[in-house]
Amino acid sequence: MSVQLDARPPTPAAPPGRTTRLHRLSRMDLRWSPYLLIAPFFLLFAIFGAYPLGYTLWVSLHDWDLLGSDPTFVGADNYTALLADSDFWHAVVNTLGIFVLSTLPQLLAALWLANLLNRQLRARTGWRMAVLVPNVTSTAAVAIVFGVLFGREFGMVNWLLDLVGVDAIDWKSNRYASWFAISTMVDWRWTGYNALIFLAAMQAIPRDLYESAAIDGAGRIRQFWSITAPLLTPTIIFVAIISTIGGLQLFTEPRLFHSGPNPIRGGPLRESQTMTMYMFENAFAPYYNFGYGSAVAWLLFVLIAAVATVNVLVIRRLGNGGRKGGRG
Amino acid sequence: MGATNRRRLAAVALAAATTLLVTTACGNGDDAGDGTITLTVDVFGQFGYDELYQQYMDDNPGVTIVERGTGGNLDEYSPKLTQWLAAGKGAGDIVAIEEGLLVEYKANPDNFVNLLDHDAGELQGNFLDWKWNAGLTADGAHLIGLGTDVGGMAMCYRTDLFAEAGLPTERDAVSALWPTWADYIRVGERFTAAKTGAAFLDAATNTFSTIVLQTAGNTNGYHYYDTDDELVVDTNPAVRQAWDTTMDIIDSGLSGRYSAWSEEWVSAFKQATFATIACPAWMTGVIEGNTGTAGAGKWDIARVPGDGGNWGGSYLAVPKQSRHQAEAVKLAMFLTSAEGQIGAFKAKGPLPSSPQALGDPAVTEATNAYFSDAPVGQIFAAGAKGLKPVYMGPKNQAVRTEVENAVRTVELGQRTPEQGWSDAVANAKKAAAK
Repeated sequence: MSVQLDARPPTPAAPPGRTTRLHRLSRMDLRWSPYLLIAPFFLLFAIFGAYPLGYTLWVSLHDWDLLGSDPTFVGADNYTALLADSDFWHAVVNTLGIFVLSTLPQLLAALWLANLLNRQLRARTGWRMAVLVPNVTSTAAVAIVFGVLFGREFGMVNWLLDLVGVDAIDWKSNRYASWFAISTMVDWRWTGYNALIFLAAMQAIPRDLYESAAIDGAGRIRQFWSITAPLLTPTIIFVAIISTIGGLQLFTEPRLFHSGPNPIRGGPLRESQTMTMYMFENAFAPYYNFGYGSAVAWLLFVLIAAVATVNVLVIRRLGNGGRKGGRG
Repeated sequence: MGATNRRRLAAVALAAATTLLVTTACGNGDDAGDGTITLTVDVFGQFGYDELYQQYMDDNPGVTIVERGTGGNLDEYSPKLTQWLAAGKGAGDIVAIEEGLLVEYKANPDNFVNLLDHDAGELQGNFLDWKWNAGLTADGAHLIGLGTDVGGMAMCYRTDLFAEAGLPTERDAVSALWPTWADYIRVGERFTAAKTGAAFLDAATNTFSTIVLQTAGNTNGYHYYDTDDELVVDTNPAVRQAWDTTMDIIDSGLSGRYSAWSEEWVSAFKQATFATIACPAWMTGVIEGNTGTAGAGKWDIARVPGDGGNWGGSYLAVPKQSRHQAEAVKLAMFLTSAEGQIGAFKAKGPLPSSPQALGDPAVTEATNAYFSDAPVGQIFAAGAKGLKPVYMGPKNQAVRTEVENAVRTVELGQRTPEQGWSDAVANAKKAAAK
């Protein structure tokens, strides 16, 4: 027997002519309203997303001096030049290096943190809110503070290293050291944020799964890998994609990490110049080559799509493996 | 949610959207409607205009002046300015343009009001000839900018560190120590041997800038580009000579290796960790700002090694996108008048480009209390009228960045001088071709 939850007073029968009209209207309503309701997003996306995307593509096919009045169409010239540009590939390697160095530990730390927050804690909400605090600070402020912490001569990190007898590291003009320093900024800001997303997903996992696992004799670690991790796969994919997009577009942190002449280079030998910085350097100062910069932007878009796809495939495979193991 | 609630929500959303539209629509109106206008002036570094603005506003009750970008770095300012010009929106009514970038903006003069259309031609006598000419397009038909300052050169030094190292501290005696750059290096070695814990100079890139402009000015009058706009980085003896001298300085371990204009560089001023810095007139304001009040009386100014030189100097231009072109031109003329240039010089030290101002007792007899009462007027103004301009080519800024960057890699030990030089040449060519 079913229970009617939205009980309404019976509607009096309408005259036959009106019924069909109402009926038709209601059918149209059912059919088209959803589109109308989601339309604003796509309208905004068309204006602020698709149009700039297409325009950038159009610009990238031109020799376009930012200040010049008449750009000339050059076809794929910017792209062929770019693919042969060692500085571009250098920036790609930097971007991927910083991305891996920051995202992997960050997601693992976030999972671990979320797992801890998912337990019975005193003042639980307080702890959960607290992990989000780094995320609400301004990126610019964080980057400047970290830039000072990692200073060669007056920086606190080198001062601490000195206390334990390690020589000063030139964080800003050593390629791998600068990757590390920038990664710490990214981790500091985003670990708590991702932990909260993981936590939300963890709370949706039914308790009884854990209870029966516990009865079967599974410890906390075994429970985590056999229940939590597989059921979290969709969330992990989501977080990985978001992190890929954010990580590969990294700009503010490395840009503000460097100060002085031409900070957009990311160090004298472009030690930590990311792709977005390279795009900016070409599109704006000192080259003002808008077409070339737009080509960098498009290749960045392609790279993000590629890396995100790889991420999803890898995680889905890992997740499936885990699920198979979990369900025996 | 009931139907009433939903309807109410829709009404609120509609109201919010309407408000948003309405506010955006009148968001950028700066005219108060009572006949007063606001003029925005975009600058970088220290232009020293505050008192002049006040005076102008007192004389012109209908005008309010807002300055943006004081203290900012040129490297951050110039991309912004370019974006504003490209977008046709956002730039101030008056914008400052550094001489190294002027060439690029001159290539597209249509972005700027032709000041000759506003009778600026009559002002030609108020500026040093070359300063005036550099503001004109190649055909001489379009005047983009009016000159503000020129970068007459000196060497600023810390008397306390010199005393500690057993060197003379009195400015004439210090000037006598280094007639040439080779002498400067020798003094630096004496200073280093005294082990004060401080470096002799801040950054080799700054010294390189000074030497290359000085050498170019004293020889063929151009550095990275010749006057036919051919890139001559690798063949111009002036560039090579400046490079070699700078390599000697680096080799002698004199540089503190601070990246000029970085936060660390600013800290180094405060911590007194270097003793000398190449000092165009506008740098005095920067030194004072970076070292702070604790450094008052500890700095002094001596002659620059070698013979004179000119580093930097700016122009004021009025973008065509300004909605108050005539008023903006009038203000720019006031700020670059002899009177305006003297006012700026007194406030922050940029050396006038107007012969009248350079000859004015207010400039020639000026002393700077912060720099141990150094007679800045005599030091800077005396040589200014004889300054020889250095020609700047189309991609001057990009090429300069590459060459100075190569200096920096050698300074940091990332490259040998030979590697650095081939980097400088190769990257300069690449930059010029972009």
